Amino acid sequence: RALCPLVPSAPAALRALPPPVAVGVLHTTRPLHTTQQSLAPVPPLPEKGGEVRHGLIPEEFFQFLYPKTGVTGPYMLGTGLLLYFLSKEIYVVNHETAAAACILGVIIYGIKKFGADVAAFADKLNEEKLASARAMKSESIETLQKAIEEEKKEQWRAEGRSYLFDAKRNNIAMLLEANYRERLLMVYTEVKKRLDYQVAMQNLKRQKEQDHMIQWVEKSVIQSITPQQQKESIAKCILDLKALSKSAHAAV
Amino acid sequence: MKSPLRTEMVRLGELHSWISTCSFSPQGLLGAVQRAWNSYCAKYIHVKQGGPAGISMLLAGYCLLSYGWNYQHFKRHRWRKYH
Repeated sequence: RALCPLVPSAPAALRALPPPVAVGVLHTTRPLHTTQQSLAPVPPLPEKGGEVRHGLIPEEFFQFLYPKTGVTGPYMLGTGLLLYFLSKEIYVVNHETAAAACILGVIIYGIKKFGADVAAFADKLNEEKLASARAMKSESIETLQKAIEEEKKEQWRAEGRSYLFDAKRNNIAMLLEANYRERLLMVYTEVKKRLDYQVAMQNLKRQKEQDHMIQWVEKSVIQSITPQQQKESIAKCILDLKALSKSAHAAV
Repeated sequence: MKSPLRTEMVRLGELHSWISTCSFSPQGLLGAVQRAWNSYCAKYIHVKQGGPAGISMLLAGYCLLSYGWNYQHFKRHRWRKYH
């Protein structure tokens, strides 16, 4: 018990644990996390220290003397003791007394004048440290919450995978359909081309036969026109033209 | 470690019995000194808003101790011989 670790302001629970035995660097023999009570977070420091009057004498002394001697008891005790020491020269007045008086005066003046400012400055430093720690904590809490929200959103997104698969299935069906229709169209055009070819062939053949026949008929007709027939037809044409010109003159 | 509630709250009538329960071995004394120092620190120094009281009491105690240790030297510089 007397060899407990020298931790000045540790709570009683820390001191109650068995002392660690260092094996190398790692304290392995002390069991960790076996007690119910958790040691973190450490309880916060008390706000104000013990009450002290005139900066020197704790308040408990005044409270201790209050029932017997009232409010002025400790002051009477102090004055009496001081006068006794001075008169019996248990406390000797020498140059150090003067030095002590001056030093005390300066110290008290300094404390009275600058005490509040220094205290405010120290409090501000403490506040900044605490604020940065709190900011870190809240920041990490925020990032974790954001991560939780993102995770929930991802889970919600994953629920829509059936729609995704339906859309994909639709796409594939459309591709297959389009492919099928393309091939159908190709078959149709090929067949039509072949049929058109046959039709064109037949038309060509008939046309050639017609042309040939017409040419042959014309040639034979022209051959059959004898010169006498030619003269007769020319004379007829001239007579017709004269008649026409007469009728034309008459009209004009 | 702490026989009645706290070491300081021993009543005057029980002083004898309390002293008999104390251990006066070096380890016991060292433990007592350590406990006293820890309780003083916890009460006046390790607080959020301490004042001048914490150090000033230590300095005052140091002044008194040093005066006490050098008392024989001061006795030679008395102003009067008979008091």
